[in-house]
Amino acid sequence: MDYFAQQLINGLVLGSIYGLIAIGYTMVYGIVGMINFAHGDIFMIGGFIALITFLILVSLGLTAIPVILLIVLLVSMAITALYGWTIERVAYRPLRHSFRLAPMLSAIGMSFVLTNYSQVAQGARVKPIPPLVTGGYTLHESADGFVIRLSNVQILVVITTIVLLAIFTWLVSRTRLGRDMRACEQDQTMAALLGVDVDRTISMTFVIGAALAAVAGLMYLLYYGLVDFFMGFVAGIKAFTAAVLGGIGSLPGAMLGGLAIGLIETFWSAYFSVEYKDVAAFSILIVVLIFMPTGLLGRPEVEKV
Amino acid sequence: MTAHSTNTAKPATGIPALLKSAFVNALIALVLFSLMIGIRTEAGSDGQLTYWTRFGELASLVAAVFGGSIVIDLLRQWIGPTGTEKLIPPAVQTGMSFVGRYLAPALLIFTLLVPVIFYDQRYILDLAILVLTYVMLGWGLNVVVGLAGLLDLGYVAFYAVGAYSYALLATNFGWSFWVCLPLAGILAAFWGVLLGFPVLRLRGDYLAIVTLAFGEIIRLVIINWQELTGGPNGVSSIPRPSFFGIPLDNSDNGLAAKLGIEYSPTHRIVFLFYLILALALLTNWVTIRLRRLPIGRAWEALREDEVACRALGINTTTTKLTAFATGAMFGGFAGAFFATRQGFISPESFTFQESALVLAIVVLGGMGSQLGVALAALSMIGGFELFRSLETYRMLVFGMAMVLIMIWRPRGLIGHRAPTVYLTKAQAISSDLVKEGHG
Amino acid sequence: MSGDTILSVDRLTMRFGGIVAVQDMSLAAERKKITALIGPNGAGKTTVFNCITGFYKPSGGTIRLTHDGGRVIALERLNDFRIAKQAKVARTFQNIRLFPGMTALENLMVAQHNALMRASGFTFLGLVGAPVYRDAEKHAIGLATDWLKRINLLDRADDAAGNLAYGDQRRLEIARAMCTEPALLCLDEPAAGLNARESAALSELLLSIRNDGTSILLIEHDMSVVMEISDHIVVMDHGVKIAEGSPREVRDDPKVIAAYLGTDEDEAVAVMESGS
Repeated sequence: MDYFAQQLINGLVLGSIYGLIAIGYTMVYGIVGMINFAHGDIFMIGGFIALITFLILVSLGLTAIPVILLIVLLVSMAITALYGWTIERVAYRPLRHSFRLAPMLSAIGMSFVLTNYSQVAQGARVKPIPPLVTGGYTLHESADGFVIRLSNVQILVVITTIVLLAIFTWLVSRTRLGRDMRACEQDQTMAALLGVDVDRTISMTFVIGAALAAVAGLMYLLYYGLVDFFMGFVAGIKAFTAAVLGGIGSLPGAMLGGLAIGLIETFWSAYFSVEYKDVAAFSILIVVLIFMPTGLLGRPEVEKV
Repeated sequence: MTAHSTNTAKPATGIPALLKSAFVNALIALVLFSLMIGIRTEAGSDGQLTYWTRFGELASLVAAVFGGSIVIDLLRQWIGPTGTEKLIPPAVQTGMSFVGRYLAPALLIFTLLVPVIFYDQRYILDLAILVLTYVMLGWGLNVVVGLAGLLDLGYVAFYAVGAYSYALLATNFGWSFWVCLPLAGILAAFWGVLLGFPVLRLRGDYLAIVTLAFGEIIRLVIINWQELTGGPNGVSSIPRPSFFGIPLDNSDNGLAAKLGIEYSPTHRIVFLFYLILALALLTNWVTIRLRRLPIGRAWEALREDEVACRALGINTTTTKLTAFATGAMFGGFAGAFFATRQGFISPESFTFQESALVLAIVVLGGMGSQLGVALAALSMIGGFELFRSLETYRMLVFGMAMVLIMIWRPRGLIGHRAPTVYLTKAQAISSDLVKEGHG
Repeated sequence: MSGDTILSVDRLTMRFGGIVAVQDMSLAAERKKITALIGPNGAGKTTVFNCITGFYKPSGGTIRLTHDGGRVIALERLNDFRIAKQAKVARTFQNIRLFPGMTALENLMVAQHNALMRASGFTFLGLVGAPVYRDAEKHAIGLATDWLKRINLLDRADDAAGNLAYGDQRRLEIARAMCTEPALLCLDEPAAGLNARESAALSELLLSIRNDGTSILLIEHDMSVVMEISDHIVVMDHGVKIAEGSPREVRDDPKVIAAYLGTDEDEAVAVMESGS
């Protein structure tokens, strides 16, 4: 039972990270109808920028952890968002009205570019950082000495996720930008006729998605204490799985799917085998798509004849 | 429609506007590259992370973006907003169609002569074998993506199934290549059906992501099922193919000894070359025949309009499955060939990058065009080879090439479609009319 | 309804979530006759069509098809392609669904898929070029050529279907459906977007198809076509049947007139008259 509770905590934390990435997939898919293959790599870039910013701040002699975290968060969000914006501008916008396969291949190409760009720029080796947020709470200690721990990093990840989600939900449901986004999702031509700047709205979608991926990158860095150039690929597929599981196009669905994938992966590793945890995640993707193509919270599609 | 939209930014007119847009681009580049290029991190021997600055590189990159931006804007003003296709004068077009008619036979004859011309150049022979392997893979995937319009991002899984089938059957039971080759194809097709059956109802992007997941599952299982596959270490000392039972080695009953000629290791390379050429041509022949049969027409009809197919009484599930299985089978053959050529296989050869490369070949070739795929494989693998010395930059360049090619020619090199049957005259059908499928 | 019925729909109901698109709809179509299904926009005609042709699974009711030999097929239990393949019901679409990147001839060849598949020994005989298949293919091309002649498109046989004029595409879609050699042909607004001359040609084509022995079920807004060629008309509004009978009976039915244009009877009369 204690072991279970501990895994539950770990799974929720991991799930929060997946959920943050999944939102980027689901938003872009909802609005432009393409799988942004490069999104996993945007997450990786976010992690790297967080790492580098952290290094600079420390070497500048800054010691107050909360201040460092805040600056790292803002810098990585800003720069990564610019990456998202640029990629849309360079690789996707020219293909927006092209054949369906073209943007997808362009996205795959962009994913290769980003992966190898950071390998070339920062080297192939794993980059570790010392634990930044330490300590935690012992929630429960059982008779056989098993301890359920809730570390401060875990609390930080979950709280940051919740806060960002709240801001993000407000942004989508209450602001002009959110309304424009929902309009473009329904019908781009009509939205344009009604005075919505479609180009700008799509750009903003990529910007927001990338910013959230940057947060996920920072969280990953804090939680696992390392980044490497290849981490975007698997994390990207899993986050996409999460988006599909939750019902692609649905924002709460993406978060829910993220949590589900995080929990499944953690429990699978804990009770079955660590080696096959990715196989489990991908198998779930296949099974969900077969039996529940619209996901948990997605809208069913009626075939038009 | 396609070429017009390539202008990302509005082309700047006049020098000041030109400079301004270049300046903005350079500024964006400065922010993008500031930390990733300007700072280099590395883990020291004690696990401590250190960093140093590279402002020189950063400055030159930003300057390159500034200059490149001006050059691209100027080029755009020169070429004008019209698509390149419309600029080709009719005379050149008839010339091109003339070349098109004789290009395929000329290429085939040249390919047949490659081992004769380049007999002493082992490097070129090896490269030619590699290109032909990808031509075959491209043709195989073309059945699935180009004809049936099903987006498969996990094609490499079938390549892996074929390779491991041969490798394991040959090393464990000592079965010969010629027995294993059809088996590898059948096993790959079997896996194709196994995966295809539940997932082929899915539309477009979902199918893409499921096939991608399947490809990853196969790779991960190969890595982790160490007792069977040797895990990350792979399978080594896979038997080389024999000339229908006669080994191609330096022994007394080798082919060279039997023919009474002096043994040379090049014999085997030449044999491998003709083997993959034969396999690729078989793939091509079967595909061309299938296109003219009801099944092939149903594949293309499926790509055009699945709903209409159902209204005509076509079983779309089995039709998709046959396309999937046929493509998988060719992948399996290619995999078996790969295993016997290399003599060693490991999961590293079957990553997503391979799937993406083969898909890029199919799309660049112009979906559905056999000649286009062959040309695309030649230019992609050849181009890839040019960057071999640059090791780490190779994939970077490949990724950029994929993006640029899509922007330049989203429909590939040869976009038009040839009809499968005609009453009076076969006319090429423009790519604007041909659909690309939604499944 | 008496006589030789090919299709009988009994108490068909179709719900989408909470919305009832078709409620307890019954209709019958006679063999070798043209039955028209008319009604204002949104009356549920296409939904009935989609139920009959297997694109929707009805929420309730039965759909029976009786073949020449007396074999009865429950269409609501067949799905998808089997309706066309086994029950021999072919259809066209409101928004034309040809294979635009294939030639007119190829379109008609695809329609003969099932017959050709059998002849090609499920591809294997065809792959080795067996004479059985070659003969079958020749026969199929012959059938296609006949239809191309009938719809006046023989000279466009090798052109891409997507390049044909709109009216030609409509006729080609009907020919494609006929190439499946159906017992019942369902046409969803075949005259939509046609000019008067094309409409007249269409009427002629449909009558000739009927006279050759194929039963037709037709959704149509063009009253000139409906009134001219229909043997029997069923009128729907708001998901239910409100009237049926011969063209003359339907034209004079006040319920139909009211349904067609709400309360504005004069205009409704004008529409109905235009078909006479």
